[in-house]
Amino acid sequence: MSTTADQVALLARRSVLRTWRNPAATIFPLVFPMLLLAVNSGGLRAETHLPGFPTHSFLAFALAVPFIQGALFATMNAGTDLARDIESGFLSRLSLTPLRGAALLAGQLGGVVALGVVQACFYIIVGTIAGVRLASGIGGVAVLLVFAAMISLAFGSLGAWVALRTGSTETVQSLFPVFFVFLFISSMNIPRNLISTTWFRDAATANPVSYLLECVRSLIITGWNGKALALGFGIVAIVAVVGLSLASVALPKRLAR
Amino acid sequence: MRNVSVARAVAWRTLHNVFTNPSLLIPQLAFPLFFFTAFAGGLSRVHDVRGFDFPQGYTAFQFVFVLLQSAAFGGVFTGFGIARDFETGFARRLLLAAPHRTGIVIGYAAAALCRWLVTAAFLTAVAFAVGMKVGGNGVDLPALYVLAAIVNSAAVLWACGVAMRLRSMQAGPVMQMPVFLVLFFAPVYVPLDLLSGWIHGVAVVNPLTRVLEAGRSFVAGSPTQVAAAYAAAIGLAVLFSLWAVRGLRKAEAAG
Repeated sequence: MSTTADQVALLARRSVLRTWRNPAATIFPLVFPMLLLAVNSGGLRAETHLPGFPTHSFLAFALAVPFIQGALFATMNAGTDLARDIESGFLSRLSLTPLRGAALLAGQLGGVVALGVVQACFYIIVGTIAGVRLASGIGGVAVLLVFAAMISLAFGSLGAWVALRTGSTETVQSLFPVFFVFLFISSMNIPRNLISTTWFRDAATANPVSYLLECVRSLIITGWNGKALALGFGIVAIVAVVGLSLASVALPKRLAR
Repeated sequence: MRNVSVARAVAWRTLHNVFTNPSLLIPQLAFPLFFFTAFAGGLSRVHDVRGFDFPQGYTAFQFVFVLLQSAAFGGVFTGFGIARDFETGFARRLLLAAPHRTGIVIGYAAAALCRWLVTAAFLTAVAFAVGMKVGGNGVDLPALYVLAAIVNSAAVLWACGVAMRLRSMQAGPVMQMPVFLVLFFAPVYVPLDLLSGWIHGVAVVNPLTRVLEAGRSFVAGSPTQVAAAYAAAIGLAVLFSLWAVRGLRKAEAAG
């Protein structure tokens, strides 16, 4: 392990291979969001008849959801893999090598970001086959992929932080319902302005996940909406900075030499 | 009689585990409540869609689905416990100790029913507290709970059959995913008549659609499709009891 770049590349490769070799970690994040998309777009199609609904295709409206679900799975994957390394003693053995802490984190998250981009490509292809046309065109696809990479990095770093703090796969997995709550109490199934229950609309407005969804949705059904993009990218950047900072603080304690 | 004592011991142990372990108890109570909140609160505007004519409102409409979902997943969660018992080796010791092993399956099923009854009581209390309206009489509402209890039994027997065949926690998605699909391929958000396209075709042949529509008719106070719903639920329970007992025999044969 000569340079930091080599160390990052080695660990990222290991992270990608480990995910790739575990069918549950690869197939579930691809298939489950698509199943939920199919169910919701069939079941809630009638919602498009509501006055003020932004599109005639519920599939186009709901296609934003898998991107955020993919981020949840990224959190779980990053956290679970790192926690397993701690539980199995792999991290302790790494601490005996000259590996830099930053390289460990970057390598681990590199694998998660790669999976996030593959997931995003899959969701875009499935959406296109099902008849969704991105209002923002080819440029929108590129922005979507960058956004998918950023949300995987941001949420993955949160998962890594929890893993480094607790060193327990069980604790990381218990986070899943918490993130699921954030997803469901958002504008996931209906635009915020059409939510008639006041407290739910307020909760969805206060929930940052709503803005992540609306950022993706704007590229799919509106085109280029500067405000939605700025809010989405701004929030994901803040989550990434906070997550990476917390993980960086927790890392030296785990890599005590 | 020996079956009863085995069943009682297995049920007591399962319930003791669930009710003394917050990491098992809290999700069991929180998840249905959370789905109820997300669906009834977030999607209440669906009530304004043309053709939606459920008289008791969207909260009651979604309550029935969430109640049935909690029943089904209560059974699946018990299946997770069975798989865990095999992983830890407890189930093998149980197989050695039990004079009548069918009692093991009955015990797990009884425990699943008891733990779901607690969830159902909690969910019902919350639903009434937030103003759910019910049009049924003193017979209609209990009939809904009996229907949900049969769904719970069918789900636990399905999960038990899987757990006894695979004997690993990795069987979790195999237990969960089909139940999830059957639940969500029913008319979850709108009545069957308002579904269109492929999902309508799937919902028509889905046995849980009958159960869901009958459950909603109980809450509306005008029961319909009752015989079909009970036949579907009982049919599933009988089918999966055979599946569970065959699974038990495979677990016995595996040693």
